[in-house]
Amino acid sequence: MAWVNAVIQGVLTGGLYALFACGLSLLFGVMKVVNLAHGDLAVIAGYVAIGIITATHMPVLWSVVVVVPVMAVLGYVLQRTVIQSSLNRGVLTTLIVTLGLSMVIENGLLQFFSADTRGIGAGMSLVTSSFSLGSQIQIAWLLVVIFAVAVVVLLGLQYFLSGSSYGRLIRAVADDQEAAQLSGADYRHVFGIAAALALGTVALGGIAYGMYSDLDPTTGTDTILLFAFVAVVIGGLGSLWGTLLGGIVLGVAQQIGAQINISDELLAGYLVFLAVLVLRPQGLTSRRAQT
Amino acid sequence: MSLATDTSVPISADFHVTRSRQNVAWTGLGALVVVVVLALFPYIVYSGTTAILVQAFIVLTLASMWNLMAGYAGLVSVGQQGFVGLGAYFVLILALHGLSPFAALPVAAIGCGVVALPLWWLVSRLRSGYFAIATWVLAAAIMLFIERFQSLGGGTGLPLPGFTGMNPTLITAYTYWVGLAVTAAAMLAVYVLLRGRLGLVLTAVRDDEVAARSSGARVGLARLIVFVVAGIGCAAAGGVLAISQLQVQPTAVFSVQWTAEMAFATIIGGLGTIEGPIIGTAVYMVLQQTLASYNAWYLIILGLVAIVVALFARRGLWGLVDERLHLRLFPVGYWLRTGAGNGRPRSLRN
Repeated sequence: MAWVNAVIQGVLTGGLYALFACGLSLLFGVMKVVNLAHGDLAVIAGYVAIGIITATHMPVLWSVVVVVPVMAVLGYVLQRTVIQSSLNRGVLTTLIVTLGLSMVIENGLLQFFSADTRGIGAGMSLVTSSFSLGSQIQIAWLLVVIFAVAVVVLLGLQYFLSGSSYGRLIRAVADDQEAAQLSGADYRHVFGIAAALALGTVALGGIAYGMYSDLDPTTGTDTILLFAFVAVVIGGLGSLWGTLLGGIVLGVAQQIGAQINISDELLAGYLVFLAVLVLRPQGLTSRRAQT
Repeated sequence: MSLATDTSVPISADFHVTRSRQNVAWTGLGALVVVVVLALFPYIVYSGTTAILVQAFIVLTLASMWNLMAGYAGLVSVGQQGFVGLGAYFVLILALHGLSPFAALPVAAIGCGVVALPLWWLVSRLRSGYFAIATWVLAAAIMLFIERFQSLGGGTGLPLPGFTGMNPTLITAYTYWVGLAVTAAAMLAVYVLLRGRLGLVLTAVRDDEVAARSSGARVGLARLIVFVVAGIGCAAAGGVLAISQLQVQPTAVFSVQWTAEMAFATIIGGLGTIEGPIIGTAVYMVLQQTLASYNAWYLIILGLVAIVVALFARRGLWGLVDERLHLRLFPVGYWLRTGAGNGRPRSLRN
């Protein structure tokens, strides 16, 4: 029964990891940017939510409605300023610039908010309550809700990308930037929209992680960024639903690792990542080899 | 840049290709003098100064290795802290078995070079950004793996044994000399590698990978060599770190901050030049020393400076010098001279 429990918990945490990963995958798919500051931006979203909640005593779920648009606007602005100008200068520059952003954010949070861990919505009934399946399996409502949110976000992204006119623009620019530009698409604006979507989703991920666990300035790189990348690579680069699959595989691997030995939780996840690299470097969902 | 292959240019006595306008022997002699003077420092300065210089040696060694990878081989690694940590732990393991940490250092570095081979097999499947992140995940996995061993101190680490009965002044001096030796060896290795056949292959790859491959350049082998050499260099720096700290703590030696520091020092100084990491390390040390009392501020400013340099001065501070003076202290490229004083020499390679 303990193993079944581990698998169920792993699948549900996979939803959280998909929230971290889908924005990263979108950024890579559309503009070939590997955003090393992704996790730190999620932590910023969590900190902003905490700030809003303590300042205005707004209910936690309402803070989401405020923080996600704020992060989306930040994403658009970041893309149109630093990331766009680094894109024009090559892959190395985008890596250096996002690594620089990551270091500035992480140490900025450390400097202004100390290394203390902070949770979101501690004591809230959503965070503490759970239900039982049989006698041995306890499932937290929070994880179920996060998983549902992840599925809704992925459905929304899929609908947006395939159905809306902006979505078509994004796919056109991702396919062939020059041809899209010749047809009159302003690729910079399209990139900005994609970055706004990416940061909106990762803001959800940051807040969800703050409710599920605790945030501190190093959570962004130590946990969120690495898990997001592992989920993206396991699931297959550039695949939206692959991030959910990758997140679930990572979550299950971690829970099974923890079941074997409590200190092996993280290592088990990374070992699965390395196994995927060896056996199926293009990821689980992708058919063609990546370049 | 196509002169080398353009056969329509008549090869006459007026052309000749040299490494540099200046005589390399002079800069070689200059480098030797600098190393000798630095080697005398423990006799003339306080131990506080040598301790700061040991930090500079570590950063300079790391930056030179990162520069070799990113600046010449196109391998942008964010996981070099994996080798820093492994180097530190290999020194610790050998010291626990009774070897002097100073003697353990070269063995540990070579050992990490061997470990780099299977790791290359894993990460070489990914390119550019995903190569970067795969190395990072690998470094995290190595740290978690090492933390499993309670005999190595688990998650808290261990003090480095093997110094009992030694005079503290002597330890400080030895640490300094070992750090200096590692840095000098690392920079010499990079220079020799790039002057040789490997440098030619890497230049060809940088200019046009497909053309280089079709001309028979063994691109994969060249990248493998660079990855292994960088692994050895970063491990040696990690060993120096362990010796200078007198302890090995997993989260400290495997911190991604090492990679951030080596990358930013390289970018600020100038990527793809041997001089760049030296300048970048100097900038880093000045920032760190002047802002040390303001906690995390030097890292914030370092990150901002790196972003600004990456966006607005792509060739770094040394690039600004080179543009104006055409100066290369450690030339690894070629100059084409057209007759006696007939125009400015052209660089065939930046």
